[in-house]
Amino acid sequence: MSTTTTATTGKLWGGGKSPFNVEYGKLMMWYFLMSDAFTFGAFLISYGTIRFSTNGWPDPNEVFRSFPFAPEGVHAPLVFVSIMTFILIISSVTMVLAVHAGHKMDKKGVVRNLIWTIIGGLAFLGCQAWEWTHLFHEGAWWGSNPFLNADGTASSTNFTNYFFTITGFHGFHVFSGVVINIVMLIMTLMDKFEQRGHYLMIEKAGLYWHFVDLVWVFVFTCFYLL
Amino acid sequence: MSHSTTHETHGNGTSEIKKVTIILTVLTIVELALGFWMIGMEHDGLRNAIKGAIVILMLAKAFYIVGYFMHLKHEIRNMIMTIVVPLALFVWFIIAFLYDGNSFRNLRNTYDPHYREQSTIKVEKKEHGAATHGAGEKPAENKGAVESKH
Repeated sequence: MSTTTTATTGKLWGGGKSPFNVEYGKLMMWYFLMSDAFTFGAFLISYGTIRFSTNGWPDPNEVFRSFPFAPEGVHAPLVFVSIMTFILIISSVTMVLAVHAGHKMDKKGVVRNLIWTIIGGLAFLGCQAWEWTHLFHEGAWWGSNPFLNADGTASSTNFTNYFFTITGFHGFHVFSGVVINIVMLIMTLMDKFEQRGHYLMIEKAGLYWHFVDLVWVFVFTCFYLL
Repeated sequence: MSHSTTHETHGNGTSEIKKVTIILTVLTIVELALGFWMIGMEHDGLRNAIKGAIVILMLAKAFYIVGYFMHLKHEIRNMIMTIVVPLALFVWFIIAFLYDGNSFRNLRNTYDPHYREQSTIKVEKKEHGAATHGAGEKPAENKGAVESKH
């Protein structure tokens, strides 16, 4: 018995050094992201439930088939959204590189990669703004769905309501992420992190940015592919 | 200060980032290829199998983003558990809610003849651009008008 007690006292945290070996802010960012995952999960599961409870549903390849500057009537399903997906993946990669440069105290690398990440985020937001505008001009909005179900029957407004709510909520996260990254860029340029002696703040911003990318993986799959 | 002590357990750095980037790109391309393959396909077993494959690829992508980009794989096991174990609730959420949705559809198809009939009547697709915000605002009424002609 004595061996088990010593073993547990050794494993339990008696205060002092963090048992998780991460700083407080980063741990709390993880817990915030976990709670945010539940928010997005609730949205997506609600979407799935409604879709499962409905006989017909619009075909995403019919709805999302347009492309900027392409002439009317061009059918290019999945093309535009795959570009958006790659933009977000690449911006996630540049964010990792920024965090990586931060570990090496490489200010130039942090600045360069943060700028690329911000550009990627803005490009994604631009794509989304274009897509929303285009859908709006086709008559799609909250409470208005011009698209028929895939089998040609009348559709409900659930499709557009969920699409605009969930992609809108995600887009709002992208926007927040871009703002956070801009703040990080300004702080880096002001040598805040050099003064602190570490770039841990970039890491927290990076966690948020990757989460935004992660959510898009799910949103993209649920709305455009399935 | 804490920088050097906290982050000894990092991955292989740039080579790992490259590797994960390539994996994510390949997974996305495969997903898109499956998506293109599904276009115009009838609703049958193959289509559902492809959808299942896409979901698996999606989870693989999520694993690589969380594990490597967000670095969770290199954290201490106890910390990983405090994040991942609560998220396991999603397994129940997804099964319970989708089952509920499906059950509601079956109930409606059994006991709501109007709903069942509605979902078998084909309607005309409105002309492109005709759905302006005067006429298109209330699609439900337009549909009703179209259906009453049948």
